[in-house]
Amino acid sequence: MNFRVVKALILKYGYICSRNTFRALDIFFWPVMDLLVWGFVSVYMMKSTNALPALVTFLIAAAILWNVMFRAQQVVSVSFLDDVWSRNLLNIWAAPIRPIEYVGAAYIMGLAQAVIVLVLVGGLAIPFYSFNIFSLGVGFAFLFVNLLMMGWSMGLLVTGFILRWGPPAEALAWAVPFIVQPVSAVFYPISVLPPWLQPVAYAVPAAHVFEGMRQLIQHGQIAPVHIWCAVGLNLLYMFFSACMFKFCFEQARRRGFLAKYAA
Amino acid sequence: MSQNVLEVRNLRKEFKGTAAVKDVSFDLPQGEILGLLGANGAGKTTTIHMLLGLITPTKGTIRLFGKDPERHRVEVLKRMNFASAYQFLPYNLRVHENLHVFAEIYNVKNPKQRIDEVLELFELTHLRKSSTGMLSAGEQTRLNLCKALLNEPELLLLDEPTASLDPDQADKVRKIILQCQRETGMTVLNTSHNMIDVHELCHRILFMQHGSIIAEGTAREILEKYSSNTLEEVFITIARSPALSLAESTEPNGAPATQERVQV
Repeated sequence: MNFRVVKALILKYGYICSRNTFRALDIFFWPVMDLLVWGFVSVYMMKSTNALPALVTFLIAAAILWNVMFRAQQVVSVSFLDDVWSRNLLNIWAAPIRPIEYVGAAYIMGLAQAVIVLVLVGGLAIPFYSFNIFSLGVGFAFLFVNLLMMGWSMGLLVTGFILRWGPPAEALAWAVPFIVQPVSAVFYPISVLPPWLQPVAYAVPAAHVFEGMRQLIQHGQIAPVHIWCAVGLNLLYMFFSACMFKFCFEQARRRGFLAKYAA
Repeated sequence: MSQNVLEVRNLRKEFKGTAAVKDVSFDLPQGEILGLLGANGAGKTTTIHMLLGLITPTKGTIRLFGKDPERHRVEVLKRMNFASAYQFLPYNLRVHENLHVFAEIYNVKNPKQRIDEVLELFELTHLRKSSTGMLSAGEQTRLNLCKALLNEPELLLLDEPTASLDPDQADKVRKIILQCQRETGMTVLNTSHNMIDVHELCHRILFMQHGSIIAEGTAREILEKYSSNTLEEVFITIARSPALSLAESTEPNGAPATQERVQV
C-alpha cells in the first residue's frame, strides 16, 4: 500500500468537504438535530410518564452512536459518488491507485468524520442533558469501533452496488442505514421485535452493539455474547463487503460501466 | 529499431454480444505519436479504456512496457497518463489543489515545482488559485493536460484532447505536446476528430471503423492511397463507405467478417 496515494485521496476529500456548505451540514447540523430531537423526546417521556431515568440516557446515547455508524457509511459511499458527480472517475481509476488504497482512504475519512461527530454531539450532550458518553470508558470504545466497522461495510457494499447498477443505486447511499435501522435495535431492545424478526436482528452487528450499550449504561458492563457476536459479524461483513466490491468492480470493468457512468 | 511501448494483439470487446472493438492489433514504438481515427462509435475510446484497464477486453492481449497490465496494473499506470476532453477534475477544488492531489497519486518528485512548470506550459499560472469549476471549457481541457503531463509519462493517452479548444489554443496545445514529445521521447496515442491535430501531431495513423482498423500508415501514405487532398476527405469517405460498413458486419453465424486491413 502506498500511503502517499492514501494521503492524496484524503486530501481530495478534505478539499471537497471544506468547499461545500452542505457537507458541513452533514457533519455539524444533522447530528446535532438528531441529538436535540431525541434528547427532548426522552426528557418529555421522563416528565410525562414514569419512565426509568436510564431510558433518557439510552435514547441520547443511541442518538449519538447511531450517527457514528451513519457518518462512517455515508463518507465511504459519498467519497466515491464525488468522483462520479465531478466526472473524475476515470482520472482516478486510470491512475496508479490500488483498490485497497482507495478503500483505505475512504475508511480513514469515515473514521475522521465519525470522531468529529462523536466529539461534537457527545460534547453537547454533557451541558444539554447532563449525560457524558465518554464516561462509559473502554466499553464505549468497543461500541464505537464496532459501529465504525459496520458503517464501513455498508458504505463499501453500497459503493459496489453503485458501480454495478449505476445512478439508480445512488439513493442507497442515504437509504441503507435506515433500511437496517429497524433491526439494529437502536432505540429499543431486540426483545421488542416480533419473534420472526429477532433472528434477523441477531445477525446485525449494530443490534449487538446497541444491546451492549444499554447493558453498559445500566450495569456497567457488556455481556460477552454481544461482544463476540458484534466483532465476529463485523469481520464477516467486512470480508463480504470487500468481496462484493471486488466482484462489482470487475463486473463494471467487464460491462464498461466504469466508463459509462463517468461520461 | 525502437522498442514497443505498447503491443495490442487481437483485442476484442463485446457488450451484450455486440462487438465494439473487433480483433484490433497494433504496435506503438517508443517515441511515436500514433493517431487513432474514426467516426463516433468506431471503437477508439473503448480501445483507450481497455489500455487503461477501465474496461476488460473480451479477448486479446495488451502488453504495456512489455508487461501484462492486468498483473502489473499500478506499475504500468505510473509510467502512463491520460487526458480526455470529456473528463474533468473536481470542480470545487482550486486548480493547484487538483494538481497537487494527482501529483501525490503519481508520486511526482518535487510536486510544487512540477505543478508550476505544467501550469506555465499551458498558460494557466494566473489561474493557479481559481476554482476549477470557474474555468472555461478550454481552460479545463488544458488543466486536464496539465494533469496528464504531471508525472512526465512515458506513454500519454489522449482522447480528443483539443475537442473544446479554439483554433489558437488547439494550435498551442499541439505545439506543447510535440515539444514535450521531442524533449522527453514520450510516446503518444491520440484519438481525435480534428484532422489538423492528426496531420500535425501524428507520425502514423490508424483508421478505425465499426470496431476494426481498416487503414494504417502515415498521413501522406493514407492521402495517396485514398487519392485525397485532406485527411478530412479520407475520414468522410471511410465513414460513409457502405462497402466498408458491410465488410465490418458479422457473418450469419455471428463470427466477425474477414476484413482486409489497408496497409499503406
